[in-house]
Amino acid sequence: MNKIGLIIKREYSTRVKKKTFIIMTILGPILFAAMMIAPVILMQMESDDYKKIAVIDEARMFDNALKNTEYIDFEFVSDKYFDSATSTYNLTQAKADLKESDYYALLYIPHTAVQTNRGAVQLISYQQPNMGLKMHIANGIEKRIEDIKLSTKADDLGITQQDVDEILMVVNTNINVVTTTLDEKGGEKESSTEIAMIIGYICGFLIYMFVFMYGSQVMRGVIEEKSNRIIEVIVSSVKPFQLMMGKIVGVALVGLTQFVLWVVLTIGLVSIGQSILLKDYKMSEISQNTMSMGSQLDESGNPQDEDAMKFEEMFRAVYSVDYVTVISLFLFYFLGGYLLYAAMFAVVGSAVDNETDTQQFMLPITIPLVLGIIVMVSAINNPSGSLAYWFSIIPFTSPIVMMVRIPFGVPFTDLFISMASLVVSFVFMTWFAAKIYRVGILMYGKKVNYKELWKWFKYRN
Amino acid sequence: MNTLVADKIVKKFSNHLALDNVSIEVPQGSVFGLLGPNGAGKTTLIRIINQITAPDSGHVFFNGERLSSKHIAQIGYLPEERGLYKKMSVGEQSLYLCQLKGMSKKDALIGLKHWFEKFEIQSWWDKKVEELSKGMQQKVQFITTVLHKPELLIFDEPFSGFDPINANLLKNEILELSRNGATIIFSTHNMSSVEEICSHIALINKSQKILDGDIDIVREKHSSKIYELEYTGFFNKLETTLTSDYKILDFKETTSGGAIKIEVLNDQMTSNDLLKRMMQYGTISSFRKNLPSMNDIFIKVVGDTNSVTE
Repeated sequence: MNKIGLIIKREYSTRVKKKTFIIMTILGPILFAAMMIAPVILMQMESDDYKKIAVIDEARMFDNALKNTEYIDFEFVSDKYFDSATSTYNLTQAKADLKESDYYALLYIPHTAVQTNRGAVQLISYQQPNMGLKMHIANGIEKRIEDIKLSTKADDLGITQQDVDEILMVVNTNINVVTTTLDEKGGEKESSTEIAMIIGYICGFLIYMFVFMYGSQVMRGVIEEKSNRIIEVIVSSVKPFQLMMGKIVGVALVGLTQFVLWVVLTIGLVSIGQSILLKDYKMSEISQNTMSMGSQLDESGNPQDEDAMKFEEMFRAVYSVDYVTVISLFLFYFLGGYLLYAAMFAVVGSAVDNETDTQQFMLPITIPLVLGIIVMVSAINNPSGSLAYWFSIIPFTSPIVMMVRIPFGVPFTDLFISMASLVVSFVFMTWFAAKIYRVGILMYGKKVNYKELWKWFKYRN
Repeated sequence: MNTLVADKIVKKFSNHLALDNVSIEVPQGSVFGLLGPNGAGKTTLIRIINQITAPDSGHVFFNGERLSSKHIAQIGYLPEERGLYKKMSVGEQSLYLCQLKGMSKKDALIGLKHWFEKFEIQSWWDKKVEELSKGMQQKVQFITTVLHKPELLIFDEPFSGFDPINANLLKNEILELSRNGATIIFSTHNMSSVEEICSHIALINKSQKILDGDIDIVREKHSSKIYELEYTGFFNKLETTLTSDYKILDFKETTSGGAIKIEVLNDQMTSNDLLKRMMQYGTISSFRKNLPSMNDIFIKVVGDTNSVTE
């Protein structure tokens, strides 16, 4: 109807023009994008930093084990600190020299390192070295020691190095559990439990957040009209129900606008950030980078390192999620949940004269929402358990709990019952709320309790 | 022809009767004063006329038709508790309120321009309402109430919050609207303004209508046959010559004549009888029936009904 349209337009345009909305809409994506890009930038910044490392290698056997990379150079300074008189290395002097030198760190590998397994190797520096460097060093030394041990043992057993390599090739095992879910039609789909969990969490939480944020905007809008005393002017032109629905729908559109802008801006910022900050860096290259940093290429030339495989698998899983279904169901549950709660928020707003009085009526709204979040956390570990099932059917918690189940795949009947009961209950709740609302908005200065609300509900017109 | 007729309206809230069989008739073109003490039920009746609430029983007729939502555009309502959206600009808000009454955006803009010029407030258009004083806000509200040229205008305590200058401006605007053919319902406690601008009244007390009709007839009916005379000549020893039908309430004597206030105690006697009698004593320069003020009637009638029910 025309008048509802006018109300929706006003509710929408006054809200999207507000400074807080604009700031939130801009800050949100910046925050999200920063969260996604920052770790990559940090990683790049760390590796970008050229480091020269002095090495004192007592056993003189790690020359080839520590490979120089683009950003790390190892210089063996064993000779410089070797005191031929005592046949020891002057570590104290090396430490003292570190400050003046252009070395980033001093790596000390005592000859005991070959016998004792751990803790003997020291990396001495003025700054805390990053994980990549530590892993690179540890891997290099480990590999070398393993090789030495292997060849010593091989010599003992009288087998050749070639045999050893062959044995290693045969033994090398890599087990990877790929989860595949079947759909009703018998089709197969690769899936990832981790990705499903993450998506479920994010969706459930977003719904919780949006319902609270925009629900209380409805409530504040109702209180504003009441305390402004404009309400009586408005309801002499439109029906209270039209005003309430106009407000609820207008605010819902504001929420959808914000959500869409967040998604679009985040994607935009991330891709801009990738192209500017990371230049021609791509996710795949980053993965290779981590790989070469973290471990050595297999000698037999097999580049399919364990980490790289995990990475690839994750990418496949990210792409395997049915985003159309997830997003459209997200929108449905977001709107359904919002409509259900917004009507309740509107009632609370109509019952009080100012915002401080809302506290006593907030409980019936807060409890189911918080319960939804609690159940969500446990449902994520057992998405098809009976707890998750029932709470994803009950309309007060279903928007949150069902969103957690959806990425794991939900039987059609469950989904249908849940959606239908949500629609039925928000229609009922809106009707129920409207009856209280139309009385409440014209009541001033009354101490209202639940009994009073019930009385209002029973008023004729 | 009555613009509005309310017929036997009953409205009950959970623990009290707000309106008990109240009927009013508002003639077309009249300025109809809806009077009554606080809590008498005036606002409830006005809300029923505005279709904000519905009566438990009884009907309201607008130009002879049963009141329905199509009449909303023909009614303008300025409630006692009134306000505007504080954060919205004056222009945007006026436009919104006019459109809610069913006006097209174009018509509303033309009308608003006219009224803003008339009140010399064009410069307020882009201001936010919170920047305006209360009196200024009231002007904006008044404009949005009358802009859609409704047949029936309802003002609930319109002068509260106005300074005397603006109250006078508002009064003149209301009278002009009335001259231009609008029917006006006017609810107030301010009895002097009722005498000035109302042509008809209804008095509601304790949920019941206790008095209504043309204001002159009402005043006539409640006059208690007190007359004021001014004269030249000598009314010597009037007290002794007047019969017991008359009672002198006040007597002032000047060098050439005097002024006298007489109450006629005999119901059978008319003003002509009094005149005839007085003419015997001297030359009468003015003769006037003393009508009670609306304030007196209000206090008397409300006081009487309260003492009956108590």
